[in-house]
Amino acid sequence: MTVLFPKWTNKLPAWLALGAAATGLFVVLAVNYWFSPRHTDVGYQPFQPIEYSHKLHVDLLGMDCRYCHRNVETGPHATVPDADTCWGCHAQVKKDSKLLAELVAKYGNGKADNPSIEWTKVHLLPDFTYFDHSVHVRANVGCTSCHGRVDQMEIVRQVEPLSMGWCLDCHRDPAPHVRPPGVPATRMDWVPTAESIAAAQRRLEWQGDTPPELNPPTHCSACHR
Amino acid sequence: MTAIPVVDEPENPLRRPALVEGKNDFASVTDVVAGVAERRTPKGWYLLFGISIALLLNLLAMIGYLVWNGIGVWGNNVPVGWAWPIVNFVFWIGIGHAGTLISAILFLFRQKWRTSINRAAEAMTIFAVMAAGIFPAIHVGRIWVIYWVFPLPNQMQLWPNFKSPLLWDVFAVSTYFVISSLFWFVGMVPDLATFRDRAMKAGRTLAARLYGVFALGWHGSNRHWVHYEKAYLILAALSTPLVLSVHSIVSFDFAVSLLPGWHTTIFPPYFVAGAIFSGFGMVLTLMIPARRWFGLQELITLNHLDNVAKILLLTGTMVGYAYAMEFFIAWYSGVEYEQFAFLNRAFGPYAWAYWIMVTCNVISPQFFWFRKLRRNPAVLFVLSIFVNIGMWFERFVITVTSLHRDFLPSSWGMFSPTLIDVLTYVGSFGLFFTFFLLFCRFLPILAISEIKAVMPQADPHHDHPRTSPGHAGRAHAHH
Repeated sequence: MTVLFPKWTNKLPAWLALGAAATGLFVVLAVNYWFSPRHTDVGYQPFQPIEYSHKLHVDLLGMDCRYCHRNVETGPHATVPDADTCWGCHAQVKKDSKLLAELVAKYGNGKADNPSIEWTKVHLLPDFTYFDHSVHVRANVGCTSCHGRVDQMEIVRQVEPLSMGWCLDCHRDPAPHVRPPGVPATRMDWVPTAESIAAAQRRLEWQGDTPPELNPPTHCSACHR
Repeated sequence: MTAIPVVDEPENPLRRPALVEGKNDFASVTDVVAGVAERRTPKGWYLLFGISIALLLNLLAMIGYLVWNGIGVWGNNVPVGWAWPIVNFVFWIGIGHAGTLISAILFLFRQKWRTSINRAAEAMTIFAVMAAGIFPAIHVGRIWVIYWVFPLPNQMQLWPNFKSPLLWDVFAVSTYFVISSLFWFVGMVPDLATFRDRAMKAGRTLAARLYGVFALGWHGSNRHWVHYEKAYLILAALSTPLVLSVHSIVSFDFAVSLLPGWHTTIFPPYFVAGAIFSGFGMVLTLMIPARRWFGLQELITLNHLDNVAKILLLTGTMVGYAYAMEFFIAWYSGVEYEQFAFLNRAFGPYAWAYWIMVTCNVISPQFFWFRKLRRNPAVLFVLSIFVNIGMWFERFVITVTSLHRDFLPSSWGMFSPTLIDVLTYVGSFGLFFTFFLLFCRFLPILAISEIKAVMPQADPHHDHPRTSPGHAGRAHAHH
């Protein structure tokens, strides 16, 4: 009888089956890792229209986040500042700074028609998600929980994945991110303690007939409305 | 056949007609079946294949158009959110069930007449499941995230809802496809080896190599047969529950909801009976022309067609019983919504669809009480088309008439399909027939080795020939 196939092909079906199983597993894990915001989005650090240093303003000068991001307590958007916000101080302070000259050149000195600065959005949520800053600040979730130590950044960088699973992680177990009433959400160097977690945990539970003070939703329409 | 010992049967007083007619022996059976694939491609095949390919391309174009534009190109809209796509899905998946019944249940019950039709019926199953699977997949709208139906780890922490019958459907249908394909393929290995050897002998090396890849090095040794028959038995045992479970789960898509007309406990058995009914209808639609065009009348005999017609009579009557029982329960339950749903079905704006369904599914199989009609291929063919039409309308009636008028008259509405609906459905026939014609052209359309085992020649008792065919299986195993 003529031999159609060499002998090594006897083992081929087994290898193909093994290879297919391994490929399947690899594809699942690869998509899970490399296609997720944990890999694609974390570390995003675009250049901004002007060289503005958060480290200088927040860390060294001690400014509060809310001076520029002024709607964070009342609206869904924290808002990014326009040039007029800069003139609030720079009309008096450091008027001759070389870095400020760039701002003047691009956006005028407080008398421009359009003082908007075309900031490049760093923390970009998809259009099909609903997110409201104010409700998070009211629950006293710290800025750093989502944005990291912005006070240590020269140029703002995304440090958290902002993926759905990441949101859910906190909505299911928010205690480490909820600060006690005395600690402002904007404080940068705060870290949770055993007491703060226990205190937050109490606010998440029923106290007798009193419903929990905090109740982060985990149903679909919390964010997909 | 080796695993279960065959008990010596007493001589059967009702001698059964031979399963293979004419002056056939082992060699001629091989010649007849292999000849289908070996002789020059008939012109008619090209014609049919051309039409099928055109329809398949039309299906692909329709799917592309749908994915690009969204589900709005179909007629589905509130209140009829489920319409033709689900109708077509249930229609096709139901057709598959006859193949599995023939290949698994009839095998376990030692119904030897199955050998002439099981291969083609299994092929029909697989291609029908493929045509079925397309519809829910494209109905999700965002087909690029279709993998969300599987429980895979992902950054969204999104997990399928295991309480949903739609998820059970995913598992039922994918299991069904995998097991049916394996069963079909394993059963075909000895015949593929025959094709390989014949191609080799004829000097067609490329064909020999291609068949050889799938023949898996089969050379018919005793050891091969022992393993083969064990594997076949195991796969038959795995497939058997699927005949009942897959369409039960499909029926849960409806029955687990709370809609009058859907929310009934009769649905699983009613769907299974309907599925087998529709599948055997399609078997006749396919096999009657095939046996004639490929000259297989001595292998697929009138006795085979007669048997299929009897199953159609049985399952068609069961379906008719279910239709009647739905009405009875609607009245007996005292639920006014249920009563309205069924009166609306039979006498409402879609009454025409209801009565097409009843005519095709309940009345048309009653002709099979007559032996003369059961043995007339032309009559069988025409009635099988009626069965196909009727079973499509059954799913249309269930889906659309229940949805279009529910509890609140303020939310009532009417459904009408768009051209895209129609072309997509027609295109699914293109997919089915393209694969089926390729199968007819290149693969053993009858199970050569199994047919040989049920021929009188397979019985080694030469001193008393033509005794009970029960010996055949055992004799075959000893070879």
